[in-house]
Amino acid sequence: MEFNANSGFMYVVVTIVIVYVVLQSIVFLAKAWKRGKQLGMDKQVLKKAVGSSAIFSVAPAVAILLGVIALSKALGFPLPWLRLSVIGSLTYETTAAAAAASAVGATLSQPITDPKIFATIAWVMTLGIIPGLVLVPVLGKRIENGVSKIQSKDSKWGEIFLSGLFLGMISAFLGVVFAHVREGLTGWIPVFVMFASALLMLICGLIRKLFKAKWIEEYALPISLLGGMALSIPITTLVQSIVG
Amino acid sequence: MKKERSYRDSVHFMGRFWILGALAMLVAVPVAICIYYSAWPPFGGVLKGFLSVAPIFWTVGVIEVFTYVPMLGTGGSYLGFVTGNLANLKVPCALNAMDRANVKACSDEGEVVSTIAIATSSLVTTVIIAAGVLLLSQIEPFLESPVMQPAFDNILPALFGALGVVFVSKNWKIALAPLLFMIVLFLLVPSLASSVGILVPVGALIAIGVARILYKKNVL
Repeated sequence: MEFNANSGFMYVVVTIVIVYVVLQSIVFLAKAWKRGKQLGMDKQVLKKAVGSSAIFSVAPAVAILLGVIALSKALGFPLPWLRLSVIGSLTYETTAAAAAASAVGATLSQPITDPKIFATIAWVMTLGIIPGLVLVPVLGKRIENGVSKIQSKDSKWGEIFLSGLFLGMISAFLGVVFAHVREGLTGWIPVFVMFASALLMLICGLIRKLFKAKWIEEYALPISLLGGMALSIPITTLVQSIVG
Repeated sequence: MKKERSYRDSVHFMGRFWILGALAMLVAVPVAICIYYSAWPPFGGVLKGFLSVAPIFWTVGVIEVFTYVPMLGTGGSYLGFVTGNLANLKVPCALNAMDRANVKACSDEGEVVSTIAIATSSLVTTVIIAAGVLLLSQIEPFLESPVMQPAFDNILPALFGALGVVFVSKNWKIALAPLLFMIVLFLLVPSLASSVGILVPVGALIAIGVARILYKKNVL
C-alpha cells in the first residue's frame, strides 16, 4: 500500500477515535446535567457553565489548531489532529514527534514519506501519553478518597488545601511568564501581556460592581483572555519599536 | 450520603469503561497504521524515541494525575485525561466555571459544574479543530499572518494573568510564597520553562505548606 500521511485510510481511523471521544463528552455532559437537576441546582447555573466554558475554549482551541497546522507539514493532518484533540497537549505532541523523528534520523522540517518512520513517530507519541489513562482508573478513586478524608476531618482545612493546590499550579504558570525577562525588553512582552489581561479581569470586576452587570461574571475570563491576546499585538509592536 | 456514594461509584464505573476504551483505541491507531501499510517500525527506533520523551512526559503524566484529579473531580478527571490539553485549557476552564458558579471543587455541585465545563470545552475544541482543518485554506492566511503571531504566542500569559487575579486575590496569603518562589526560580533558571509541568507539585507543596502554618496560627 502506497503510504500517504493524508490518505483516506488515515482520516477514517482518526475520525473513529474522535467520534468516540465526542460520544464520551456527550455521555458525561448528560450524566452531570441529570445529576445537577437531581441535586436541585438551578438550571441557569448549569446553562451558564456551558456558555462560559464554550466561549472560553475558543481561543485555546484555535491555539491548538495552530499546533495541528504546524505538525501537519511533516505528519499530514490526520495524526496531529488526533493527537491534539485526544489526550495530547500542545507542548507535548510537538516535542514527542520531534524526539521520535530524530531517534530514527529524520526531521519534521519536511513531509515524512517513509511509513516506517511515520509509524515510529505515531508509536512514540502514543506511548508517551499512556500514564494518565492507566493511572486515573487505578488511582483516581484513592486520590479522591484521600481528599475527602482531609475534608471530613476538618472541612475548613480541606478547602484551604484545595486552594493551595490551585495556587500551586497557577504560581508555576505565572512564574514561567518571567522565564525570558533576562533576554531584554522583548522578554518582558509575556509579562506585560499577563498584566494587561489581569487588568482587564479587574476592570470586569469593577464593571460588575459599579453597574450591577452580573452577566459579565460569566464572560470575564474569556473577555480578559481574548483582550490580553489582542493587546499583545500592540504591546509587541511597541516593544519592538523601542528595541529597534 | 448513601446516594452520593452511589453516584460517584457509578461515575467511576462508567469512567473506567470509557477511559480504558480510549486507551485501547489510541493504541489501535499505530497498530492499524503498521498493519495497513505493512510497515512495522524498527523496535530500536521506537525505544530510542520513547526513552527520549518518557523521563519527562511520564513524570509529568504521573504528576498530572495527582494534582489535577482533586481539582477536576471524578467525572471531570475521566473525561479530562482522555480529551487532554489539561493545563492550557481544561483545568483553567473547570476552575473558572466552579468559581463563577460559586461551588467548591470536590463538592457534589462542584463535581457537576466541573464535568459540564470539561465536556463543553472538549466538544467546542473538537468542533473548532475539525472546522479549522476542513476550512484550512480559507483561514490559514489569517492564522499564520505575522500580525497574529504575538496573540497566539502569548495565550498562556493572558490566560493565567486573568485566572491569577481571581484566585490570587482571594487567597493572597497562601499565594505569595509559591508565586515569589516560581518567579525567582524562572529568573534564575529560564531553561526550566520547558518542564513547568514538573514544577506544579512543587508550587502546590509550598502553597499547602505555607497554608498549613498560617492555618495553625489562625491567620487564614
